Amino acid sequence: MLKATTTVSRLGTAAVLAAATLLGANTAQATDITGAGSSFVYPVLSKWSAAYAEKTGNQLNYQSVGSGAGIAQIKEGTIDFGASDAPMKAEDLQKFGLGQFPVVVGGIVPVVNIAGVQAGQIKLDGATLADIFLGKIKNWNDPKIAALNSGLTLPAGKITVVHRSDGSGTSFNFTNYLSKVSTEWASKVKFGTAVDWPAGVGGKGNEGVSQYVKQIKGSIGYVEYAYAVKNKISWVDLKNAAGNVVSPNANSFAAAAGTADWASAKDFNLIMTNAPGTNAWPITATTWVIMYKKPKNAEHSKVAFDFFKWALENGQSQASALDYVPLPQDLVQKIEAYWASEYKH
Amino acid sequence: MSTSPAATAIPEQRATRDARHDRLFAGLLKACALIVLASLLGAAFATLWGGREAFGTFGWHFLANSAWDPGNQDYGALVPVYGTLATSFIALLIAVPVSFGIALYLSEVAPRWLRTPVASAIELLAGIPSIIYGMWGLFIFAPFFAEHIKPWLTNYLGNNPDDGHPSWVAAHVPFVGKMFASDYPFGASILTAGIVLAVMIIPFISSVMREVFQTVPTRLKESAYALGSSTWEVVWDIVLPYTRSAVIGGIFLGLGRALGETMAVTFVLGNAMELSSSLLDPGASIASTIANQFSEAVGLQKSALMALAFLLFVVTFIVLLIARMMLRRLASREGR
Repeated sequence: MLKATTTVSRLGTAAVLAAATLLGANTAQATDITGAGSSFVYPVLSKWSAAYAEKTGNQLNYQSVGSGAGIAQIKEGTIDFGASDAPMKAEDLQKFGLGQFPVVVGGIVPVVNIAGVQAGQIKLDGATLADIFLGKIKNWNDPKIAALNSGLTLPAGKITVVHRSDGSGTSFNFTNYLSKVSTEWASKVKFGTAVDWPAGVGGKGNEGVSQYVKQIKGSIGYVEYAYAVKNKISWVDLKNAAGNVVSPNANSFAAAAGTADWASAKDFNLIMTNAPGTNAWPITATTWVIMYKKPKNAEHSKVAFDFFKWALENGQSQASALDYVPLPQDLVQKIEAYWASEYKH
Repeated sequence: MSTSPAATAIPEQRATRDARHDRLFAGLLKACALIVLASLLGAAFATLWGGREAFGTFGWHFLANSAWDPGNQDYGALVPVYGTLATSFIALLIAVPVSFGIALYLSEVAPRWLRTPVASAIELLAGIPSIIYGMWGLFIFAPFFAEHIKPWLTNYLGNNPDDGHPSWVAAHVPFVGKMFASDYPFGASILTAGIVLAVMIIPFISSVMREVFQTVPTRLKESAYALGSSTWEVVWDIVLPYTRSAVIGGIFLGLGRALGETMAVTFVLGNAMELSSSLLDPGASIASTIANQFSEAVGLQKSALMALAFLLFVVTFIVLLIARMMLRRLASREGR
């Protein structure tokens, strides 16, 4: 862990870094803050921190070690903020004197590899998707799938399910969605960063799942939206809670974030899968940043808040470039109100 | 001749100083050896302590339970333990004969100018990081396996081929039909992981074998040649008996590596927590399960992973014990 040393005092003692003093003359009084946790936000956090460091000179060190490890480290107080793909429960927050707020929104999309089927050509609803992942629907020409896809003839190939083999926030949100739309999933498999998958093969990371889906004919998996776009894998359109078939894109992710019921969620403890909006993408996820309400190092905490305030208000272009969705304006206002009331600094 | 008291005192002083240095040196060496023992015991105890919650919750049932269900907090070690043993066994089955061939060729058959370059190439192969093997396995070997090898295996050896008529072998030899039946159309499987592991441990085993084959005294071999033995007879009756214990040591070195291999296996094993009789179905190993789930695991799940790590210790220990017993039995049979 980086200690609470200002760059200035370090440079004073370390002659080796004399060159850096010249380069970073304007970084006097710069503060290094550290965070750890979710790998889901790592790309956007590093983009933000680069832009923020250019502006203020304050560096952000983020270790993408996984949400579980991030929560463990913030509980031990070894970092300035933790980031988790699953919200912490109110009683845990209370116990450790922590608060949490969402920072960015991303979408998770089911992806398929069926000969002749392009991105967005095949449509599924939650119950059918759950039955496929439960191993109950075994063929692409199953009448349940055909009923949702009039006009598209699907080949009679076997379905191979591909899931994440590692514990991940992506799996957490995906299984959370499945347990909201299927009672059988909710009672048998439940949801979590890792579950006992009833069917299929496990790939490590988004890369592993994309790779398997590309290799295996007739497969279906789920990845973060950016991976589906980057790897040119066909995604699936989903029927959302309002009964509309929607495509995954920035608008439908934002619609989910905007229509989720944040107002009645204490400490933003709300998993926004299966959001009610008419155009909401049903498997939309966010990452929570977790920080102490009474920080051990007030100076660091102040810089961290300044960073997130800057990111939420000015970081939209970086987020969009990486296929994340910036938080809607009214949610940003709710977060800033939460800061004002919960965090005293 | 008179010796002054000072002249006798100097050797005495020297003797006590030497004795002190010897004791110091012995103590230092002992400390070095104890570090190994302490870290081994420490690691074993730490994993056992970390796994106490899982062992306490499930007891002996942990070993026989094939479930790994974080949703319902039910964990068992059967699938990963089986996957670890099966992949390592397949790897040995392939690697031992191939390594034997490589070592023989390089030490007995190959022209002299070829020996050193090939031997260094093998040592280079041993230095490749396992993640590279994993990526090769995932991107190149697994698709090739699914496209060309697996269909042949399921059709000619499996009891559920595409045309519905199992071959004679599948119908008449027990277990074979089940071992090569698979409904999954992809390359990641226990057999694939075993083959990739074999490629990884061949350099280890073959370089040990080559080294020890070279220690066989030339006069023994030449006597046998002089008596009219063929190369094969020399190898089988002279070289192998002479080097047997070192060869077995080399094999177990490779096995040790195969048991604990993590990244390469994680990429090509398929990571499915299901017990299947087929070698062509995906599975899980102890190391791959830990690598996959540890970063996000909390509570009982983390404890179960620690318990798995402890079981890997136990499995490796048992394997080494068997190796020792085999060596001892060989030694006593040879009357040494």
